Amino acid sequence: MSRQSNRTTDSKKMNSELFTLTYGALVTQLCKDYENDEEVNKQLDKMGYNIGVRLIEDFLARSSVGRCQDFRETADVIAKVAFKMYLGITPSVTNWSPAGDELSLILESNPLVDFVELPDNHSSLVYSNLLCGVLRGALEMVQMAVDVKFAQDTLRGDNVTEIRMKFIKRMEENLPAGDE
Amino acid sequence: MTVHNLYIFDRNGSCLHYGEWNRKKQAGISKEEEFKLMYGMLFSIRSFCSKMSPLDMKDGFLTFQTSKYKLHYYETATGIKIIMNTDLGVPNARDILHQIYSTLYVEYIVKNPLCVLGEQLSSDIFSTRLDLYIRALPFFSPRAA
Repeated sequence: MSRQSNRTTDSKKMNSELFTLTYGALVTQLCKDYENDEEVNKQLDKMGYNIGVRLIEDFLARSSVGRCQDFRETADVIAKVAFKMYLGITPSVTNWSPAGDELSLILESNPLVDFVELPDNHSSLVYSNLLCGVLRGALEMVQMAVDVKFAQDTLRGDNVTEIRMKFIKRMEENLPAGDE
Repeated sequence: MTVHNLYIFDRNGSCLHYGEWNRKKQAGISKEEEFKLMYGMLFSIRSFCSKMSPLDMKDGFLTFQTSKYKLHYYETATGIKIIMNTDLGVPNARDILHQIYSTLYVEYIVKNPLCVLGEQLSSDIFSTRLDLYIRALPFFSPRAA
């Protein structure tokens, strides 16, 4: 391996239909395994979280983004770099709360739901809830606790998909206990 | 020029990996003790540097050198810290440490579901690749100076 090799920075091509169908199969299986939609939502969030805590390392390795100065910069990087890199879309960042700690990511199109219709008996299923978990897990690794949820979803008849993100606190790095 | 040793710490201060090449003199304390001292020193020096800085700084502490060796420090936003000790002839090694992070740590540890994050790295392929990478560095050979 040569030092100059930089293969991690080129984005690998992948069939987006295969990706969409795989995600669909995953959600379908969860719906079979768990009784109610709430439980499925929870599982999706948990899986997303576990993806997020690892995905952030990949993100930092592939992009040359450093530590963000504030939450606005973070939101920008998420929308313009991270979403672009992993889903090929660029959501717009809007609806800032006056205090600057809450924002919305508006997804014009959501690649996860390309072939999806929600059946009537799954009305409370948050189909793309995995994304919330990913965001939460990834941001937690960079010392930011956030709350993420879907505010609007095209699957439920809304015009756009909206992810609402709320900044809770900055987690401080501490010396391990017992060390002087 | 040569490389003496390399530490990888996680955000909680546990040493995930330690590798040693041309280190002729040991510290005379147990490895656990040494890791603790190293992490404690880095923790203090980092907070000292950011307190002393006249401007808000992004990267912060990068390196220090003594009359005998040079310590190179690299930290990611997720708190993974890579420390490499070399002799004085080695130039800026930030790119190299970033490479170790992005092509070795992320590829072989983070993307390996069997590697539990935050535990001591047990992946053989990682250790082997890291060893090869370090040995292939242009300034590795002690005679190159």
